[in-house]
Amino acid sequence: MRVPWRAPRAATTRRVLVAFAAGELDPVVLRAALRIARAEEATLVSAYLIVVPLDHPLDSPMVDEVGEALPILEAIERVGHRSGVPVDARMERGRSLRDALTRLWTEERFDRIVLPASTGGHSGFGERDLAWALTHAPTEMLVLRPAPEAAP
Amino acid sequence: MQERLSQSERGPAGDSGRGHHRVLLGAAAGVGKTYRMLLEGRQASSLGMDVVIGYLEPHDRPDTIALAAGLEQVPPRPVEEAGARPEMDADAVVRRAPELALVDELAHTNARGSRNRKRYEDIGEVLTAGIDVISTVNIQHLESLNDLVFELTGVRVRETFPDRILDEADEVVLVDLTPEELRDRIGAGKVYPPERVQAALQNFFRTENLQSLRQLALREVAEDVEARRTPQGPAGDMNPLIRQALRERILVLVEASPRSQRLLRRAWRSGQRLGADIDALWVHPPGQSLDEDGRVAVAALRRLAVLLGVHFLEDEDRDPVQAVARTVADRRSTYVFLSRPQEGRLHRLLGRSRLEALLDALPGVDVRICADAVDRPGEQR
Repeated sequence: MRVPWRAPRAATTRRVLVAFAAGELDPVVLRAALRIARAEEATLVSAYLIVVPLDHPLDSPMVDEVGEALPILEAIERVGHRSGVPVDARMERGRSLRDALTRLWTEERFDRIVLPASTGGHSGFGERDLAWALTHAPTEMLVLRPAPEAAP
Repeated sequence: MQERLSQSERGPAGDSGRGHHRVLLGAAAGVGKTYRMLLEGRQASSLGMDVVIGYLEPHDRPDTIALAAGLEQVPPRPVEEAGARPEMDADAVVRRAPELALVDELAHTNARGSRNRKRYEDIGEVLTAGIDVISTVNIQHLESLNDLVFELTGVRVRETFPDRILDEADEVVLVDLTPEELRDRIGAGKVYPPERVQAALQNFFRTENLQSLRQLALREVAEDVEARRTPQGPAGDMNPLIRQALRERILVLVEASPRSQRLLRRAWRSGQRLGADIDALWVHPPGQSLDEDGRVAVAALRRLAVLLGVHFLEDEDRDPVQAVARTVADRRSTYVFLSRPQEGRLHRLLGRSRLEALLDALPGVDVRICADAVDRPGEQR
């Protein structure tokens, strides 16, 4: 049986990356990233960054980390769906958070990158990683620093 | 009819004088667990062992009743709960102190007012007293399989037992019967009285249910064999041919689309539960050029496959069904995962044709069509 293939679609989708390290993505940050993606009619790429220890080959399967990441990514997809924002979830590995981020934005195009800052009890990137990202990101970057009174 | 697939290599009675526990595991009622238990009891008795029946569920089956005749039965304990049947009397079995006690239905829930809530706790007391036990149970009662059994059969099993009971048993032995043989036995009235036969055959004992339960039981015993042979890890030194014959191998049909990420993650979860190796296959027409979204999606799938330990395969073919059939044969896949065909009349028509062709091309292979979790009714915007 022959099945016709769909013609390739034009690649015009805007893409907003929100990256986070192990642990849950702060809901305040997620809501903000969704608002940005909706306003820009973009796909939200939520990326869970996994740091591979040096005593493991970089291409090792990371079963435990993946097990932690899956429910978080699926929850983000559901929240995105309810908000009307398409979500394309990722897991990206690297020797460090910076390495994982570099791999991600080298492989894929993003129109905007959103990184959460770890302040006021909110989980996110530390100031050194943020400073590095601000000088190395290939596109416009937004650091979200929730107000201390915002409920984590 | 009965096949022994598992035997402990840890030797008799464990440490500290605890009795030796042998569990006869079946896929469903009627496969012959109780019969086998009594047969083994009689054999042990004929060899001079002191054997008693600790508890027997004869189910009014003449063969079972006949086989139990001549074996001493410790009288069951009357209970206060109105309408409840007498329960196993663990204290009486311990006082009687035989060498071997036969106890049916270890997942049974005792009547209210009993000291132990579950029969496996009674069995635990007997084992602790240094008495060997042969017990019986069906696979659908295993706690960790409760959701899966519900998914496969539509029946929610209320009486469950924790997995550690099988883990701690010295031997887990599969009492096996093909679905056809079991249905024949039921049809002949050997399992249920005549008035219940038709309902049983049309409901729980449908062939597809029995096949699923039998597969679960086989897998459970195979995993038990593997765990006992290889305490250091699941891969172990089992003959690769046997392992391949017993294990699932999943093939995930991915597309150059973000939703294939979700499909691959879902298949990986199932693979974790089944202990299965996973391949992901992307088929595309020769010379197809992808747009940027497609290239990004495929690259992301490849990276995800590395993280998950999944083998990513790529094949060029104008006929995706043929490519899938080829890969299933090459990789000896037992279980194919694919996304639900996309919405839209044209897609639905094509999707149906493709699914039908796929099912025709994959005889003997389970095919699972995964819905997107975000499309569930409760997830709608």
